[in-house]
This record gives sequence, structure tokens and C-alpha cells, in this order.
Amino acid sequence: MNTHRIAVSLLAALAGITAAGGATKAPPPAPNLAWQEECGSCHLAYPPRFLPAASWQRVMAGLGDHFGTDASIEPAVAKEITTWLAANARKPKAGKPEPVPPPLRITETRWFIGEHDEISAARFKSPAVGGAANCAACHRTADQGNYSERNIKLPPK
Amino acid sequence: MNRIVHPRALAVLLALVAGTAGAADPLPAIQQAARAGGNFTGFSAERGAAFYRAKGSDWSCATCHTPDPRQPGRHTITGKAIEPMAPAVNPARLTDAAKVEKWFKRNCKDVLDRECTALEKGDVITYLRSLGR
Repeated sequence: MNTHRIAVSLLAALAGITAAGGATKAPPPAPNLAWQEECGSCHLAYPPRFLPAASWQRVMAGLGDHFGTDASIEPAVAKEITTWLAANARKPKAGKPEPVPPPLRITETRWFIGEHDEISAARFKSPAVGGAANCAACHRTADQGNYSERNIKLPPK
Repeated sequence: MNRIVHPRALAVLLALVAGTAGAADPLPAIQQAARAGGNFTGFSAERGAAFYRAKGSDWSCATCHTPDPRQPGRHTITGKAIEPMAPAVNPARLTDAAKVEKWFKRNCKDVLDRECTALEKGDVITYLRSLGR
């Protein structure tokens, strides 16, 4: 085996790894226009991957009292959004039971709590942030669905 | 030359046309509703201004939209930025009747725990439109 062939097989192996990595970290789905419009006007349109399908179905079934606000929308639009959210929702992990009832708030999910454990409650409540609902206060590219670590910038205290 | 229009391009075009057709001044319909209520003598920017600042149980319009509708607001719960309400600084405002009705319905319930009357809606629109730059 010459060095060239080794290099080729190494490249092939690397490509395989990248492809596998890409499979687990799929690019965000093309945004649904109704979701962007209806879910993105009072708060940032939270990406479907932030909640499991069962949670989205609960959220969408209760828009008449959406965390204290009447956020009801046209039934046909609600149906379209629910289908899109559920199709792109967080997939349950094998062997990890999903909480029952499914959480309504993203901030109550285990992964959210885990990801934000270094952020104090006071920091969330600070005037520049206002609350955990305001992703874009720190995730500066959240409006484009990008929550990458390198785009985080905490506002001044 | 191929003159067939791509179906998707046609759909986009139709959607655009429909979008513009749907956008309309919200005031005529509101005025008609106010007239139907009786004793209607016209909308008042002054009443609209007072209504805009008056608190319901907890909030007023100004809570999220700030006391000056020419300024950008902020949702008091979620922190999301809200574009200014006054058409003088944000010409897209109050140009889509369906959108205006949708937001009056939601926001009046948030502030007043009820829907707004036609008179209240017309007063607020008149107030917002009376503001200069």
C-alpha cells in the first residue's frame, strides 16, 4: 500500500465521520412562514427542536390561554404550524423516558436547565435580559435559529 | 423562447397580489361599526391618547409600546423588541386591517380583560396617526 492510497482511505474515513456528525446535528429545517409570523411576534419564534412533539401539541392545543395571554390563531394556521413543529420536534432519546405530562415551557426541560446552569436567576431577571424567554439577549443570532456557543454574548450587568 | 411561467413563480406572484389586496386601511370598517353603535360623533386623538396610557388591571398599551408610540417598545414579559406604533416613524403600521384587528383583540384582552369597542379602536388609530415625527 502506498502513501497515496493510505491518504485516500484516510480522507474517506474522515468524510464518513463528518457525514455521521452531520446526521446527528442536522441543519435547522426551512422555517415555516406561518410559524415565523404567528409564533415570532410576541416572542422569538422558538425552534421546534427545543421541545418534543408531545409538548408542541399541548402548547398548540392551549393557545386560548398561552401563559396568561390569548394567543389563539386561525384553526387552519394552527394545524399547519402544529404539524410542522411536531415533524421537526426534538426526538426522544432511546432509553430515556419522556416526562409526563410533557413540559409546556422550554425553560423547564432538562436540557435547557443543564445548558444554562451557570446563569444565575438574577442574571436572567436583569433589565437587559428581562427573563429566560428572551433568548436573543445573549444568543445574538437566535433570530436566525442559530444558538451556537460562539455567538453568545452576555449583555452588561 | 419558452414562455411558460414556472408554477412556483406564478404561486409566489399570486400570493404577493393576494397579500396586497388583503392589506387595507383598518379605519373605515371600525368607523362603520362605531356608527352602528349609535351616538357616534367622530374619533378623537385626545381620547385615544388617554386610552393608550390608561391602565387596565395591570398594564396599559404604553407598558409594552412605551408612553411615546414613536419609540420602539418591548414586550414586558418576553423582552422582545417591538417596532414603533406611530406610522410617522413606521409607515407599515395600521395598513393591514386584518392584522390591526388581530392585535387589538389580543392586546385589549391582555390590558382590559375584554375586547376593545369600535370607538376605542378608532380613537387609538386616530391618535397614532396624529403623531408627527
